Amino acid sequence: MPTNFEVNGKPVSVTVEARTTLADCLRHHLRLTGTHVGCEHGVCGACTVIVDGYAVRSCLMLTAQAEGTKVTTVEGLSNDEALTPLQASFRKHHALQCGFCTPGMITTAHALLSEEPDCDADRVRDVLSGNLCRCTGYISIVEAVLDARSAYKKPA
Amino acid sequence: MKNAFIGSAIERREDLRFLRGRGEYVDDLKPDGLLYAVILRSSVAHGRIVSIDVSAALKIPGVHAVITAKDMPGGAPIVPMRLQPLPEFKPFEQPVIAHDKVRYVGEPLAVVIADSVAIGEDALEAIEIQIESLPAVADWHVAKRDQNLLFEGPGTNRSLTFNAVRGDADAAFVNAPYVRRETFRTGRHYGLTMEPRGVMAQWDAAKGLLTVSGAAKVPFFNRRILAKQIGLPEDSIEMIENDVGGGFGARGEFYPEDFLIPFAARQLNRPVKWIEDRRENLMAMNHAREAEVDVELACERDGTILALRGHAHVDMGAYMRTNGAVGARNIAQFMAGPYRIPNVKLDVSLWMTNKTPVGTYRGPGRFETDFFRERLLDLVAQDLGIDRVEFRRKNLVARSEMPYQIATISPYLHEDEYDSGDYQATLDRCLKEIGWSEKAKLAGRLIDGHYHGIAVGCFIEGGGAGPKETARLEINDDGSISVYIGSSAVGQGVETVFAQIAADALEIPLDRIRWVHHGSTTYVSDGYGAYHSRSVVMGGSALLDAANNFKAALSEEAAKRLGCDASEITIDEDKVSGAGKSLPLAAFAGLTREGAFLNKKHTYSYGAQAAHVAVDAKIGKVDILDYVVVQDAGRIINPLTLRGQVIGSLVQGLGGAFLENLVYDEQGQLLTGSLADYLLPTASDFPRLRAIVMDEHPSPINPLGAKGAGEGGMVGAGGVIANAVANALQSFNPDLRELPLTPTRVWEMTQKKA
Ligand code: FES
Ligand code: FES
Repeated sequence: MPTNFEVNGKPVSVTVEARTTLADCLRHHLRLTGTHVGCEHGVCGACTVIVDGYAVRSCLMLTAQAEGTKVTTVEGLSNDEALTPLQASFRKHHALQCGFCTPGMITTAHALLSEEPDCDADRVRDVLSGNLCRCTGYISIVEAVLDARSAYKKPA
Repeated sequence: MKNAFIGSAIERREDLRFLRGRGEYVDDLKPDGLLYAVILRSSVAHGRIVSIDVSAALKIPGVHAVITAKDMPGGAPIVPMRLQPLPEFKPFEQPVIAHDKVRYVGEPLAVVIADSVAIGEDALEAIEIQIESLPAVADWHVAKRDQNLLFEGPGTNRSLTFNAVRGDADAAFVNAPYVRRETFRTGRHYGLTMEPRGVMAQWDAAKGLLTVSGAAKVPFFNRRILAKQIGLPEDSIEMIENDVGGGFGARGEFYPEDFLIPFAARQLNRPVKWIEDRRENLMAMNHAREAEVDVELACERDGTILALRGHAHVDMGAYMRTNGAVGARNIAQFMAGPYRIPNVKLDVSLWMTNKTPVGTYRGPGRFETDFFRERLLDLVAQDLGIDRVEFRRKNLVARSEMPYQIATISPYLHEDEYDSGDYQATLDRCLKEIGWSEKAKLAGRLIDGHYHGIAVGCFIEGGGAGPKETARLEINDDGSISVYIGSSAVGQGVETVFAQIAADALEIPLDRIRWVHHGSTTYVSDGYGAYHSRSVVMGGSALLDAANNFKAALSEEAAKRLGCDASEITIDEDKVSGAGKSLPLAAFAGLTREGAFLNKKHTYSYGAQAAHVAVDAKIGKVDILDYVVVQDAGRIINPLTLRGQVIGSLVQGLGGAFLENLVYDEQGQLLTGSLADYLLPTASDFPRLRAIVMDEHPSPINPLGAKGAGEGGMVGAGGVIANAVANALQSFNPDLRELPLTPTRVWEMTQKKA
């Protein structure tokens, strides 16, 4: 039975084995390989995507559970020409090295800033503490997210 | 035009793809007809293989093959050592698949090739395997008894003892007015990369070409190994480097899977991919660090160090892997660190145990020795009633003593010297940055339920290992330039850094350097790779040589066409000019020149680190209130990426100081088999860290003046943290001789009042 949901604004209909996780579905069936898999047990956060506005670990979610949802991956948070303000801030602060954790960091930070554009450094650290990065030591990632807050503030 | 891209904080070009999810890692590849490999691994630490029956697994629909040692003509090939390939190590090298014995939990026994990973995993369950268990040798203390041997041939579990010698330590100890002897231990860590390992191999029977994707670190060397093992000429194998999710010394060494997957692809004549899962990764990727030392220091009463001697023991795991001896060797050679210790005698024994084999992890041997040494220095200073900063100052190698000869290692008879630097200067800067004189007043004080402590330590970081690296420049059809280098990228930003070096050397705008191709064996005639913080030092210097050759060739060719002398030619943006005329660079499309850099010496960057911590004695929690690393890297190519290297490696070091530990039980079972058990630092653990990078003292041994600097942050972390915690808890007279400092350990220290 096909599962129907929306990915990055486009409707998709996929038929996969029941045990297929959303992460594998996105990566291997829909070929959206920006979403990475670093542990498959819900600890590293590399597989984070946004489901109906919430940051979700796609390795812990079965494809079938995505029925009727709106899923946004890192590819959906990018546009073709320039970097988005969040991405540009990551680049400016050198908040990535190998880039493997980066899609999860971007999706997690985007979900946070969309809800709480005024969050402080402790809140950013707290939320990002669910995403492991082995390269950067996190300082630059937290700075990048804080610096991107202004882009998420609604004009008064 | 005069450029100064070198030294500027240039934003990275690789970020543009990574930030948009457009990186291409090995698991992102999916050629037509792809099959998937999964590996059956031993669940027994030590045992004799009685039988492996794969018949039931083969009957499962979607299973294409199950490969065991029996399928390999001539038996399972051995993975040879890459560094320090001493004859003594030969009997301890690892076969690509177990055939008579298993020696660690996680050792490959069979490879299933199937239509999907899920089917492959089902098939694993169907393989019937009988192993007769043998008593496990679960740590070096057991190994030392030589009662149960991992390898019958050599008759001992000790693969080697390295000796480091300088001067005459025994003589110096005889009359020394003061001696202190201590035992220290470090935990077992590994260079966990966020991207697990992966290999994809394709065999083109018509062309006789084997293509292996997922290469990293040392692709040329690995191709040599694979060619021999699989019986193909080297030029029939291409190793392709994709984006690599972290290296840290562990990734990109030749592992058993680097034979097994290409072998399967060739057998089946289909593309085959294997991606490690995290549990496998924890038991299959090289482990590191676990060591114990019994060490003593002899001093004058005024704090002048006279001699260091001792015996260290390294828990090597089950086999001598490609770079397995490096950590032990470095413990022997670098125990003295940046200090003037005229007499050294240190033995380091390598013990084989039934655990995952050891390789390097960023700062191999140095993280360990810096903890041992810096901890010992604080204890000695306390005994002698000397200020610990003055004690260090007194004994640091002085600038006037450079180059400074260090202990010689045997067997292997390796001599080395520190190249340049002013170790006092980085110590001074570090003390100033942390506000030492003010903070020192807090030492041991209890404020709001937290004991405050501070500590400082000095470190060196070796880098830039030879013997050679290669680079090439080529003009593209549109007149832009491509750079090709043998160095590999493992996330450290080489595309940006090499573009900076090339643009400066050619004196053209940065964006004229269109591509920087790295890592794959297809780009240059020979390459050596990314290890020992060598990419910038060796690859960058090779690139300078290539730029000289390239400019000479271009000038000569342009002079011919423009009718002038080669010395009149100038290169400007996208054109070459001479004799009042010019031609677009595109007119020279295809012009290419290679360059190389040869070097036998090492660079030594150096620095100091200081920490201010607050310990909550009730729960054993340590907060870092401030942490400063000052490192002089000789010549800074890109301060943005260099600072990233320092902070990134520092946090790995803090992981080793507080959290990370691979724990085994007495049966040799790995108890930390997930990321919920093997704890890594997170964003909220260490928010207050600072890195200050300097380039006051360029290396005299390469044209760039650069020094390897990817490890320094990590190297000093264990020692500084241990001393800061001990300083905070001084009223408890803590017994602090072992890392990691888990909350339980710290809490235990506070339970006995001095
Ligand atoms: S892969 Fe999903 S949390 Fe690690
Ligand atoms: S950038 Fe490599 S894991 Fe975060």
